[in-house]
Amino acid sequence: MSFNATRPNLLAAPGVAWLVAFMVVPCVLVLSYAFFQRGVWGGVEYTFTLENFARVLDPLYAKIFLNSARIALTATVVAILIAYPAAYAISRAPRMSQPILLFFAVLPFWSNYLIRTYAWIVLLNREGLINNLLRWLGYTGEPLSMLYTESAVITGLVYNYLPFVILAIYSTLSRLNPELMEASRDLGAGPVRTFLRVTLPLTLPGVAAGGVFVFVLSIGNFVTPALLGGGRFQMVGNLVYDQFLTANDWPFGAALGAALILTMIVLLLLQARATAHASGESKGEASQ
Amino acid sequence: MNASSNPILRIEGVGKAFGPVTAVDNVTLDIKENEFFALLGPSGCGKTTLLRMLAGFESPNAGRILLEGEDISPLPPEKRPLNLMFQSYALFPHMTVRQNLSYGLEMERLDKAEIRRRVDETLATTDLTQFADRKPEQLSGGQKQRVALARALVKRPKVLLLDEPLGALDKKLREKMQLELKRMQHEAGITFIIVTHDQEEALVMADRMAILKDGRLLQVGAPEEVYERPADRFVANFIGVMNFIEGTVGADGLFRAEGLEVKAAGNAGPATLAVRPENIVIGPPGDLPVSGVIVDIAYHGLDRVLHIKTAATATPLQVRIPASGAGNWKIGDALSLKIDPVKCRLFQ
Repeated sequence: MSFNATRPNLLAAPGVAWLVAFMVVPCVLVLSYAFFQRGVWGGVEYTFTLENFARVLDPLYAKIFLNSARIALTATVVAILIAYPAAYAISRAPRMSQPILLFFAVLPFWSNYLIRTYAWIVLLNREGLINNLLRWLGYTGEPLSMLYTESAVITGLVYNYLPFVILAIYSTLSRLNPELMEASRDLGAGPVRTFLRVTLPLTLPGVAAGGVFVFVLSIGNFVTPALLGGGRFQMVGNLVYDQFLTANDWPFGAALGAALILTMIVLLLLQARATAHASGESKGEASQ
Repeated sequence: MNASSNPILRIEGVGKAFGPVTAVDNVTLDIKENEFFALLGPSGCGKTTLLRMLAGFESPNAGRILLEGEDISPLPPEKRPLNLMFQSYALFPHMTVRQNLSYGLEMERLDKAEIRRRVDETLATTDLTQFADRKPEQLSGGQKQRVALARALVKRPKVLLLDEPLGALDKKLREKMQLELKRMQHEAGITFIIVTHDQEEALVMADRMAILKDGRLLQVGAPEEVYERPADRFVANFIGVMNFIEGTVGADGLFRAEGLEVKAAGNAGPATLAVRPENIVIGPPGDLPVSGVIVDIAYHGLDRVLHIKTAATATPLQVRIPASGAGNWKIGDALSLKIDPVKCRLFQ
């Protein structure tokens, strides 16, 4: 019996069909609205126009776009800075306890996204846990306004996506031959230089994968900015949400969505290329 | 032998335990300058742990490690003037061959021109110049092995440690590299300490060797010494091929087994006689004291090994004879043999 090329294709068919039916088709439909005009009473008037895309570039909206990118980037950097040491510690723990530690890292995922985000409201509130704790410790000034700030939004985003980053970085760290770090020490590099010149460069694919993940999910997020930002910090996700559900301007919402998806695709492609490049490099050594 | 007499490295009563498991047990060993020294033993004998303690990746629970009289045991690996060639080679996959070699010199903060000069020189002596800009994944196993060696040698360590350096290579290449390593050691004038489980490799390469078992040192000596005068039964069996004959030593100083008598210097009582296959002489039936029958013949090119069933042992005795001019022995032939009393060892 010989394996022919159609067999794997057949196996992929259900998955591909699912994606086409429930992902590609709806996306194309919605995005196609971006090329039409808005109806006077909402809805879509099927007259071709590129005006919606021009509006996306309007300084007012471009600013929101850039602001979202800035918030998403901050969340990404913070998440990586927290996740890397955590992943490193897990990868260095005894083999037996690593799955348990990973389980705890991923534990927040088992609860609902909304509930997790509401929990932060309880924590950050002027009457919330943190302010109560401060008062109990003897702080007498004005309660801190932590909720409905940009920091609150960033905190929420970091908290929600941190497990992904830990997993992504852990997976590259745990595949790294520990003798590479030992070789670096043996050749005269201390722990810091070993990290900067061997460990970090060889785990960058994991950092990139986790980072792109946080960035892509953060820039399009609308729940966290709405709940923890109190609607005061509008991000692209909220803008899209508003165009579809409040302003009833589907074509413009679709154009914004298209811009967002394009950004994500470009980032994901860059990340995939970087990963393919790096894994090609480390292949030869892994087999030892 | 190119070894001078003063020890460059002294291992003094070194011990290491991992929890309840003793990996290295009170090992004391002097390694001389410019010596090619082999740590030999079966897997799990503690030889790799000992090597890792020399490199600084494990710290001993007991004892001291003196390099040129100075205790280096408290120093981290990066502060020790020794280098280790890893069994997996551990080449940095994101760096070219040149960058791999330069790395250790950059850590010494040498200036760029000096690094370039020394790397070029080492690339030339290890025949790697044409591969300087390749990444490790673009190299064959033998080339990777040379890069790993070059990366350690370029640092000009006082002692080079090699952990099973030829383990990943096929037999032909391994034999070639054994001589290559010996040549490079000679040219570089650096003390080599090699860890291996392959006794043949140790015999071929080493000036002196230490045999370890269960973390303990059994014997230290030149290959000839260890081969001809093994300290105990384990060493005798581990190095080369050895025939063991169980018997007793009588009050008259003769070792006796069924149908066999050999003059032996030993105390009266049960004993084991060990004799190498090349130290048994054979002849036509009746000519020599012990009679036997050939049960198997193994041809090795240069010589033949006859497996001879006698009354003395349960397993046939192995006898090595030159392949040329050895007569026409066939399986089933009866013959007689004699053990050279000077060349055998008695274990009691």
